[in-house]
Amino acid sequence: MIGIIDYGAGNLHSVLKAIDRLDYKTKLITKPSDHDDAITKLILPGVGNAKVAMDVLNETGLAIYIKEQVANGTPLLGICLGMQLLLETSEEGNVECLGLIKGTVPEFKEMVKKVPHMGWNQVMDVQNHFLFHQIPQNTDFYFVHSFFANPTDEKDILGITNYGFAFASVIGNEQVMGVQFHPEKSGKYGIQLLENYCK
Amino acid sequence: MLRKRIVPAIDVLNDKAVKYVQFRNPTIIGDPAELGKKYTEDGADELIYLDTTASLKSQELKIEWIRKVAEQVYIPFSVIGGVRTIDDFKRLLRAGADKVGVNSAAVQRPELLREAAEIYGKQCVVLGLDAMPIYNDDEEIIRWEVYTHSGHEKTGMDVIEWAQQATELGAGEIICTSIHKDGMKNGYDVALIKLLSEKVNVPIIASGGAGELAHIEEVFTEGYADAALVASMIHYGDYTISEIKSYLRDKHINVRI
Repeated sequence: MIGIIDYGAGNLHSVLKAIDRLDYKTKLITKPSDHDDAITKLILPGVGNAKVAMDVLNETGLAIYIKEQVANGTPLLGICLGMQLLLETSEEGNVECLGLIKGTVPEFKEMVKKVPHMGWNQVMDVQNHFLFHQIPQNTDFYFVHSFFANPTDEKDILGITNYGFAFASVIGNEQVMGVQFHPEKSGKYGIQLLENYCK
Repeated sequence: MLRKRIVPAIDVLNDKAVKYVQFRNPTIIGDPAELGKKYTEDGADELIYLDTTASLKSQELKIEWIRKVAEQVYIPFSVIGGVRTIDDFKRLLRAGADKVGVNSAAVQRPELLREAAEIYGKQCVVLGLDAMPIYNDDEEIIRWEVYTHSGHEKTGMDVIEWAQQATELGAGEIICTSIHKDGMKNGYDVALIKLLSEKVNVPIIASGGAGELAHIEEVFTEGYADAALVASMIHYGDYTISEIKSYLRDKHINVRI
């Protein structure tokens, strides 16, 4: 069973539908007591504002729940904002995040021509990670974001994308993983990536 | 690098996909979700649904067809038409739309853009901008003016000034439709798209006027558009999306194949 953290994120239902269609059982986790022992993996979706999201995760106790589950060895996949929340701090509202991966989340600002980085862009799988199983190198995925992950340790960078400069579009450290793009909106290879994570 | 996007626009009346002949006489061409799925499989990068029906009954139907699209289509889609309040944003996003477009309502109350961006993020706030050129005595375009209510009402507002104000408030993307080009099939308003691309720093979707493959190439290479909206070119079977993309790739435009 895949536990999907529900903190009011905009893309929750598209993620849920995509996982449902892959024939995995899902459970929405809106508070720690929603936990089910059958849950083997967690997904932290996300569209919106880092500060607002962290406030909800802290108030509901979900932040602690997520950290405990990860400490117990449960894999966690962050998507888009959910990925950014895995790091230590975000410039979006200058908020302290989950700190499961070392690093920060700066804003694109004048570093690039247009913000948000919106549309299809290629991802280079730099560590031959299992999330990219059966996905060709440099496949396009759909991105929408104005902030980006900047992990401290290069070994935590699993995939990179070029938007004027190369940034970490996939990060991970053991059972904690994050993708900046939206696999649930990236056609068949996006669905393949979700399948790779869930199986 | 970021790909140039090809975005089919699908008109919706009640809960059916329709096409208009000479802007009237809608004929049903299918189910919004089925058509969206077909275009997705053919290589569409994103979809835009234009729902122009306004009756109360259609509001319920709207949620239903959006749900179906969200279930069947695995690329992003926007819904535009009839959005007036934050509550409308909420309902459409909850139903599964990835982005919501506002046009007349944002002109009447620009704060709507800021409120929507604060709650849902700029990425899902799309400004629908309908433009018409203003000419001087020598019939040269001096500026473009904003129109609302499906191009029926002029506002006196300057397109560039409004676009800048709207993006500062919270619009994360602009769909710019040139009313005088729409349905003419003689090319996009490249001069306007170019100016807009230079003056605002959010992605621009060019709309209105595509009739030939070269028109799409031109709006990317000379207008610097981020995305091109296509409608009649594909709905009437003149071209498929994969044909459009193959053509653009051969012209060295960075598209996703």
